[in-house]
Amino acid sequence: MEQLVYKKPDSIKDDFKISFCPGCDHGVAVRLVAEVLDELGVREDTIGVASVGCSVFSYDFFNVDVVEAPHGRSLAVATGVKRSKPNKVVFTYQGDGDLASIGIGETIHAMTRGEKVTTICINNTTYGMTGGQGGPTTLLGQVTTTTPQGRKVEVSGYPLKVSEILKEVDGTAFVARVTLDSPQAIMNAKKCIKKAFEAQLKGLGTGFVEILATCPTNWKMTPQEAHARVRGEMSEVFKPGIYKDRVSEAK
Amino acid sequence: MGRIVLNRDKCKACYLCKDACPNKVLEVDEKVNALGYYPVKVNEDKKCVGCAMCARVCPDIAIEKVYR
Repeated sequence: MEQLVYKKPDSIKDDFKISFCPGCDHGVAVRLVAEVLDELGVREDTIGVASVGCSVFSYDFFNVDVVEAPHGRSLAVATGVKRSKPNKVVFTYQGDGDLASIGIGETIHAMTRGEKVTTICINNTTYGMTGGQGGPTTLLGQVTTTTPQGRKVEVSGYPLKVSEILKEVDGTAFVARVTLDSPQAIMNAKKCIKKAFEAQLKGLGTGFVEILATCPTNWKMTPQEAHARVRGEMSEVFKPGIYKDRVSEAK
Repeated sequence: MGRIVLNRDKCKACYLCKDACPNKVLEVDEKVNALGYYPVKVNEDKKCVGCAMCARVCPDIAIEKVYR
C-alpha cells in the first residue's frame, strides 16, 4: 500500500504559476512558508504582506489574503494589520533590497517595538527584479550592473549584515540565517521558519529569518554554480546559524 | 518502491532535482514542454525510493506528489 509522503501545500493556490527564473530559490522559500502555514494550521487566519521586488509575486501563490505594501514599508503595514486584527497571524515576505536598504528604518523600529509578526527576508546580494544592480548586501568585489569593477569599500562601504543587527534589537524573539543549497539545508530552513511563526503565535516578539538565496540570472551562473556560491563566498560573509532563540527558551 | 507525480509543463529545467536524487531516477527529457524547456522525466528502469528529495529542492513545485 503506497503512502503519500509529500504533496503541494494547501497554502499554495491550486492554479499557481511560479513566475520566477529557472533555479531561483524564491520558489523554495515560498513553498516552505506555505508548508509551515499548513503544519501550524493557521492558513485561514493568516494575512501576508508583500513587498516590492521579486518577492512581490508571493501574492500570486499564497492561498491567503495578502496586502501589498509600498517599497520597504512591509513591516509598517504589517504593524497596522496586526494591531487592528490581533488574532490574525501576520507575516511579511521581503527581499534584501526592500528590507535592508529603503526599509531598514521601518524594519528596525517595528522589531524594536516587538510587533508580533513574522518576517522572511530573501538575501540574494542584488536587486533581482530591476536587473541586478548592487544593493546594501552586495559582497565586496561582486560585479553588478552598478558596480562593474566590483564593489569597493571606498565607494560603497561594506555589506549590511541584517541578522547581526536584528539580534541586538530587544523586540525580536527569533533571528536566524539559513541557506537553501541542499535538501538538508532546506529542512533546517523550514524548522527555522516554523520557529519564527511560533515566536509570533506565543506572543514573544518578532520572528525573523534571513534566507541566503540564489539569483542565477543576475549572477550569470547556472543554478548549481549559484548554490556553490551560497555555500562558499556568501556563507563566509553572511554566516548561517541561529542568532537568537527565545522560542526554545520559553518552552 | 516509490513514485512521483511530475507536472512536466511546470518544469523550468534547473535540474536541481536531478542532482538531488540519490538513485539518479530523473533524467533530461528530449521533448520540450509548454514553457519551451527540456524538462526532467522519470527513468522507469531506475528505482525510486520515494525520499522526496527532488520535491524538496524543486523551486517550481513541478513535483506535485511523492508516494512511498
